[in-house]
Amino acid sequence: MRYSLARLLRLLPAAYWILVVCFLVTWALCERFGQGDFLTLENFNNFIARSVALGIVAIGQTFALLVASVDLSVANLISVTVVTAPFLMQGDPALILPAMLGLLAIGVLVGLVNGLIITRLRVSPLIATLGVGLLLQGFINASFGHLPGKVAPGFQSLAYGSVGPFPAPLLLLVGVTVLAMAVLHLTRFGAHLYGVGGNAEVARLSGIHTGRVMIGAHMMSACAAVISGIFLVSRLGSAAPWVGTESAYDLQSIAVAVMGGTTLSGGRGAIGTTLACVLVFSLIDLLFNQMGIDSFLKQVLRGMIVIVAVASYAVRERRAVA
Amino acid sequence: MSALSDAAGQPARLAMLLRAMSGVLVLLCLFAAIVFFDPNFLHPGPMMAFVKRSTPLMILAMGQLFVIVTGGFDLSVGAIVSFTVLSSALLLNGDAAGTWWVVPLVLALGAMLGTINGLVVSRLRVPSIIATLGMMISINGAGLYWSGGSARGYLPDAYRVLGRGNLPAIGPISGVPVAMLVLLAVVLGASWLMHRASFGKMLLAVGDNARAAELAGVPVNRVRTLSFMLSGLSAGIAGVLLGGFSGPSTGVGAGLEMQAISATVIGGAQLVGGRGSVAMALAGSLTLQALFTLLNLIGLPKPLRDAVQGAILIAAVAYSALRETRKH
Repeated sequence: MRYSLARLLRLLPAAYWILVVCFLVTWALCERFGQGDFLTLENFNNFIARSVALGIVAIGQTFALLVASVDLSVANLISVTVVTAPFLMQGDPALILPAMLGLLAIGVLVGLVNGLIITRLRVSPLIATLGVGLLLQGFINASFGHLPGKVAPGFQSLAYGSVGPFPAPLLLLVGVTVLAMAVLHLTRFGAHLYGVGGNAEVARLSGIHTGRVMIGAHMMSACAAVISGIFLVSRLGSAAPWVGTESAYDLQSIAVAVMGGTTLSGGRGAIGTTLACVLVFSLIDLLFNQMGIDSFLKQVLRGMIVIVAVASYAVRERRAVA
Repeated sequence: MSALSDAAGQPARLAMLLRAMSGVLVLLCLFAAIVFFDPNFLHPGPMMAFVKRSTPLMILAMGQLFVIVTGGFDLSVGAIVSFTVLSSALLLNGDAAGTWWVVPLVLALGAMLGTINGLVVSRLRVPSIIATLGMMISINGAGLYWSGGSARGYLPDAYRVLGRGNLPAIGPISGVPVAMLVLLAVVLGASWLMHRASFGKMLLAVGDNARAAELAGVPVNRVRTLSFMLSGLSAGIAGVLLGGFSGPSTGVGAGLEMQAISATVIGGAQLVGGRGSVAMALAGSLTLQALFTLLNLIGLPKPLRDAVQGAILIAAVAYSALRETRKH
């Protein structure tokens, strides 16, 4: 009996089981103690909108983690996007597309700089991206208030609109997820990511340009942060320079990715499990909101869940860590 | 270190000296620039104020050093600093009579939280970034929950004198901060642990190659746990000093973990572990603090502070990394 249960559990990665358990617990508690129904469309939409920003950053972060790197600059990059977007748009609907392309170009550039500092200057990824993050923060500090502008009228439909029965945030999240999965599993670049992360030296000797792969991973991570920033600014409707760092998207995205089974030492990880853990965090948010419990306790629970989840992987595998 | 450099011969010692010199040279240039913009800086008053301001970061950097030389990170120190300040204010609530038991209690609390970090890393085998990140999120939440979202309570003068008070004048010497005595004690303790006691050698061995250290008989798990305990304790001490220096507030420790890591790394500690010294960690923190002071003097306080910290961080690490490659 026990044997078959263990086999059943192993059918899916642990992250999905955590999600299922969290969902059932939240459902039960909300039905019993919460205010109002739990399984409503409104709750679902709210739940998705809550997951989009962190979800997209975490998908990007997974790319960086896969090559045994890490990206601490994403939170500041989100803030940069949020501050710059209204300035580029100037309230003109015709400028929405050019502004988005411009923002993505910023993302590509930041990813390139991160990657070059890591590969050319041989600075450890943690310090390199922390430093670039601080540089971006300096830019925000210096420029906030000097970059007037406002978002275009139609722009907020990205956060509040819908296509047919589907809300736009859901489509955005699904779109980015599918795209990331396609890059990871269908392209040569995706295979190289796993190769470089698994063993950079072997990958290099097999003829992979490890430096380029590293730079590419950081570009993906930075672009994901920019997309997340674009979503946030369309949700907020105005420049809020603290939005990226306030929610600690840098550390949170690392936490959910690692919770989802992506290793910090590279070479192992997936998009789906990362996303499952983002949804777990959103479920906890939802639960605490519905039950009307102090939000600070939610943080305590989040911290513990991260540790317990990662410990469950690590203890099972018995690998040495630092 | 002496056994190692003897084995490697004289050049190794010379290289170490040169490395130390280049760090000190940057620091001296910064001080020269500060004096250029503010000639008063060399007077005892401003000098002592500078020391008082830098003490918490120096103590945090020494704590962080213990963890970094083993190849780990402690991201929770900023949260522990905030938690120390908040809990001191709540426990004391202006009652000076309680100072004698609250200070040891919050220090023990810091050490305990550090120990939990260490146990999670060494026993549960959670990577230190994640373990201390989880602790950071939890402790921030717990502190805010306990205090109700904003700083409550009041710290009596008997407590605050540790962070902001001066020693009574002894003859011609006056205006020496109490914090400097604390700093001196921590420096002596840390140097002894790091460079005299066998514990320091074990730390370096674990950071260099944990497996080899284990085979050589080093109790790797205990050494790791102790290093996190020391880091937590240093956060407790820095918290008591900062609580005294700036009074109770919820955001007092925010971002300090990154500053401490930066200071240690600017001071030449290697993030993969196996290298680092107390003196250089102190030099790194002073460099960072001198830089902030200089930016303040030039009139670029907050905006460029972050950017310059980022630039110097990358430059310092890139410089030492490039020199490493040239040598091989």
